Amino acid sequence: MVRPYVVTDGRAYPTRNTFDLVTLVMAHPDRPLTGLSPEKRRVMELCLGGALSVAEVAGYLELPVSVTKVLLSDLVDSGHISARAPIPPAELPEVQLLQEVLDGLRARL
Amino acid sequence: MDSALVSDQAAYLPATVRVTAKILVVGHFAVGKTTYVSSLSEIRPLRTEETMTEAGALTDDLRGTEDKTTTTVAMDFGRLTLSESLVLYLFGTPGQQRFTRLWRDMTVGALGALVLADTRRLEQSFPVMAVLEEHGLPYAVAVNHFEGAPRFAEPEVREALDLLPETPLVTCDARDRISSTHALIALVQYLQARQTPPAPFPGGGRVGGGLGYPLRSSACPN
Ligand SMILES: Nc1nc2c(ncn2[C@@H]2O[C@H](COP(=O)(O)OP(=O)(O)OP(=O)(O)O)[C@@H](O)[C@H]2O)c(=O)[nH]1
Ligand SMILES: [Mg+2]
Repeated sequence: MVRPYVVTDGRAYPTRNTFDLVTLVMAHPDRPLTGLSPEKRRVMELCLGGALSVAEVAGYLELPVSVTKVLLSDLVDSGHISARAPIPPAELPEVQLLQEVLDGLRARL
Repeated sequence: MDSALVSDQAAYLPATVRVTAKILVVGHFAVGKTTYVSSLSEIRPLRTEETMTEAGALTDDLRGTEDKTTTTVAMDFGRLTLSESLVLYLFGTPGQQRFTRLWRDMTVGALGALVLADTRRLEQSFPVMAVLEEHGLPYAVAVNHFEGAPRFAEPEVREALDLLPETPLVTCDARDRISSTHALIALVQYLQARQTPPAPFPGGGRVGGGLGYPLRSSACPN
């Protein structure tokens, strides 16, 4: 495994803390990759394929979640990555979410 | 991994997905967490690790003090697409590392947890249940039945695990997708019942405790 601080220029925490493990992220295909570190390029290469959760990005790249968040946060700042905004609880109350989870699970039986 | 394009092995989500939810699958060593997540996941289960100091700080906070004792916290996780717009992630972890960042990451926003237990060592489930309680995360217990493990009646298991009357207790086979799905359904039904207080019984029945939903409706046959 890569030493975290090598990958993140010595920072252990992302500049913003908006990422959850299941936040979905996507790359912008029109952004130039020049000047990105090798690790950020790998994130871009992966994320250009489509939407994935932060946890999946960490899993595929074999990076700790903490490091992945720092990289993603930088890439959001530079306009390479966007995080799909979560649905606000007012729009999807937990009761309704649980019902949808339940319906989805029952459909798999 | 280095030669192959990592994007070739990734299973991307359709653009219609708008909501992600997470549920934890926890339990002591070798209780069947990874097996359980693998049975349910539509993707090859993924794994991430975090190296922490014993105190729970990330290792790179302590550059230059490399001799500090560190531990590796691992979790594996899987994914279930439940509808066009909804995806559920299952995170499996030993779950005894209460102060770690990874544990906090997993519990924040989680709907609840499924505790896997083994009747040969029920007492080993206590630390995990204690951590869930500390985090205020609601949970159900699923006994993952191993061959040769003793079968106890439900009240005995409840007593041995010191479960609250409303905590669902089911049996499952972590290797079996259907059985594992039933256990998850039992958890979600419970989470839902917690959100919707039972209608008051006509004639002034009890309030709280002994809720009117079927605790065992999802226990698997056998
Ligand atoms: N007979 C039987 N074996 C099982 C069952 N579930 C898991 N196993 C086996 O038990 C062993 C441990 O299962 P794992 O899924 O690796 O357990 P775990 O909780 O992820 O273990 P750690 O990550 O090491 O804590 C494996 O050899 C599984 O094949 C089950 O329901 N029945
Ligand atoms: Mg495991």
